[in-house]
Amino acid sequence: MPTLLSAWFNSHQPNLHPPSFYSLSLFRSSHPPPSPNPTLAMALSRFASSSRSGSLLKPLSSAISLRRPISTDTTPITLETSVPFTAHQCEAPSRTVQTSANELLTFFRDMALMRRMEIAADSLYKAKLIRGFCHLYDGQEAVAVGMEAALTKKDCIITAYRDHCTFMARGGTLLEVFAELMGRQAGCSRGKGGSMHFYKKDSNFYGGHGIVGAQVPLGCGLAFAQKYSKDEAVTFALYGDGAANQGQLFEALNISALWDLPAILVCENNHYGMGTAEWRAAKSPAYYKRGDYSPGLKVDGMDVLAVKQACTFAKEHALKNGPIILEMDTYRYHGHSMSDPGSTYRTRDEITGVRQERDPIERIRKLILSHDLATEKELKDIEKEVRKEVDDAIAQAKENPVPESSELFTNVYAKGLGVESFGADRKEVRATLP
Amino acid sequence: MLGIARQKMLEQSSKKIRPAVSMLRNYSSAAKEMTVRTALNSALDEEMSADSKVFLMGEEVGEYQGAYKITKGLLDKYGPERVLDTPITEAGFTGIAVGAAYYGLKPVVEFMTFNFSMQAIDHIINSAAKSNYMSAGQISVPIVFRGPNGAAAGVGAQHSQCYAAWYATCPGLKVLTPYNSEDARGLLKAAIRDPDPVVFLENELLYGESFPISDEVLDSSFCLPIGKAKIERKGKHVTIAAYSKMVGYSLKAAEILEKDGIDAEVINLRSIRPLDRSTINDSVRKTNRLVTVEEAFPQHGVGAEICACVVEESFAYLDAPVERIAGADVPMPYAANLERMAVPQVEDIVRAAKRACYRSVP
Repeated sequence: MPTLLSAWFNSHQPNLHPPSFYSLSLFRSSHPPPSPNPTLAMALSRFASSSRSGSLLKPLSSAISLRRPISTDTTPITLETSVPFTAHQCEAPSRTVQTSANELLTFFRDMALMRRMEIAADSLYKAKLIRGFCHLYDGQEAVAVGMEAALTKKDCIITAYRDHCTFMARGGTLLEVFAELMGRQAGCSRGKGGSMHFYKKDSNFYGGHGIVGAQVPLGCGLAFAQKYSKDEAVTFALYGDGAANQGQLFEALNISALWDLPAILVCENNHYGMGTAEWRAAKSPAYYKRGDYSPGLKVDGMDVLAVKQACTFAKEHALKNGPIILEMDTYRYHGHSMSDPGSTYRTRDEITGVRQERDPIERIRKLILSHDLATEKELKDIEKEVRKEVDDAIAQAKENPVPESSELFTNVYAKGLGVESFGADRKEVRATLP
Repeated sequence: MLGIARQKMLEQSSKKIRPAVSMLRNYSSAAKEMTVRTALNSALDEEMSADSKVFLMGEEVGEYQGAYKITKGLLDKYGPERVLDTPITEAGFTGIAVGAAYYGLKPVVEFMTFNFSMQAIDHIINSAAKSNYMSAGQISVPIVFRGPNGAAAGVGAQHSQCYAAWYATCPGLKVLTPYNSEDARGLLKAAIRDPDPVVFLENELLYGESFPISDEVLDSSFCLPIGKAKIERKGKHVTIAAYSKMVGYSLKAAEILEKDGIDAEVINLRSIRPLDRSTINDSVRKTNRLVTVEEAFPQHGVGAEICACVVEESFAYLDAPVERIAGADVPMPYAANLERMAVPQVEDIVRAAKRACYRSVP
């Protein structure tokens, strides 16, 4: 904040006494703005346009009616991550990160959208509109959002079954999510996959996998293919602390290290593999060190800027030196899935504690407010907008039809060769696979 | 050290390697014959040459020239980026291969034997076979899993199982079982070109066997259709349906049966999934009697599926119960006499065919 204010002071004719303006800003960040005050309005409009080349002198009347837009300001802001990175077999990146008002507000919006989406899914599940498995990601949003900010769509992401938000970060729509969860045609897998099988190939998002740990070798395979094709891109293969003990992970890491594959293994450590705490499942829960010969980094997964910094670092590393492990220290508020209350193996105090101290959205909210990048009301408005978007998408998804019966037999093969397939009673239901 | 060994091998192999086709041209005056091994090697070579996305992965496929020499010469020709020696970690390397196929490459994964594929079976079934369906067509998986399957000679219980029925259960997979060199070439090329996951079940004891082949088979564009069986021998009294090595045994059984006036029709299934039900049923409608032959364990096997399908489609045409010849319902023993009892022999097929024909001996 001091940086911005001094810039303001240096570039503008002071029409207000600096001390009073200063106190005005402080006042503004913690309380809602008072009823329209011409001086205040003018100051605000000046402040908003200070970084753009807008005219300095605005007539008072228009200043009053001007509603300050949410900042699309891309001026770099320098911040520090919550904690420094801990490194294994490599040099940790700096905890100083560059961001901007635009980026922080985008982070806020994206995470708020994901949060709302997951909470809405909870209600839909309880209303029995979503069946089977439903693994919710609320609390972990910073990992999906921070990672995406460090990548391009040429980079690949693959994850396990807690995939709704990762899918959204890769460009999926709310309608595709809710329709898929409810088994409708507009779903990203046309209703045939379900919660655990979201894919978006055109954004290089490869799912969406139900078998714990399988996605890690698959992800290393994507990295292999990227290297084979000389694409200069990387793959992020996400897995949880539960999957971190899978043998196939070490098999894939061994091959990736031998062949220098651009694979980044990201352990989303939410500290519980289903109902088993990490210390009960892993002799060594220092997952970032488990790569042994492969370097690793431990990251505060609730700090979206730290996640972005780590992913940027990892991408650069993997392109030159082969695999690296990122351990994201994160937390899920919900239980493992909708059939798990999440309280038989951890205390409610623990959950509320994390929510109060480390919530990723609250962290960004505080950053935005303390740097005067938006007002509290504006942030609340974003949350309201996001809520409405989610509600609209759900309404649309509810109207969407279930798949045609013929879809039972589509996509069994990419090339069905005109072969016959059968329903439960093969004398009743047969189909030719195209 | 490794560098020197590789150099030596290069010197050696540069003297030895000739592409399969030119080797055959030396014998153009004689009837052309080719071993199954050479057929497979040439198919891999041609498909790798035609499509740069095709690559090989497996244990000992590169420097060792292939545990059974199927991939001989390919490392030298295509380099270590396309012929990859893996550590002995089936789950890991199979997963990596499937991931590469997700991205659009065309891996050919070798299992040293299909017994080891069980370590990777989750990736074959859950990661490969089902992905196109679960993603509603977004993620197709153009991968081939190949290697020797079934009984060899004296290798014991853990190295002798036939996996045709297991893999053929799964929708989303294609399962092929070549018998002769023509099958080996045509079906492997078809498998590599196919956009779906294909399980390609070879047979170790057939690798060294030589079969006559036509010029058409030698052409680099030769391909056999997936899902079509072949009538190896036309007949009218009994249908014998078999795959892989048992096709050879069935043909021998047919010669013996001919002497007793029984004219057997031998079907080489070639494809277990999709199963060519129409060829089987057409044949049974003609002969009215059926013997299925497989080397695998009998319960829930390929023969059981064929029997069920014939009973469903052609019940009225059957003049006798369907006969099933299969491996013994025991883990494979080591002692030679017991091993002989654990796999079908030609006399078993002859006996079953005669039983199926009991009502009409011409």
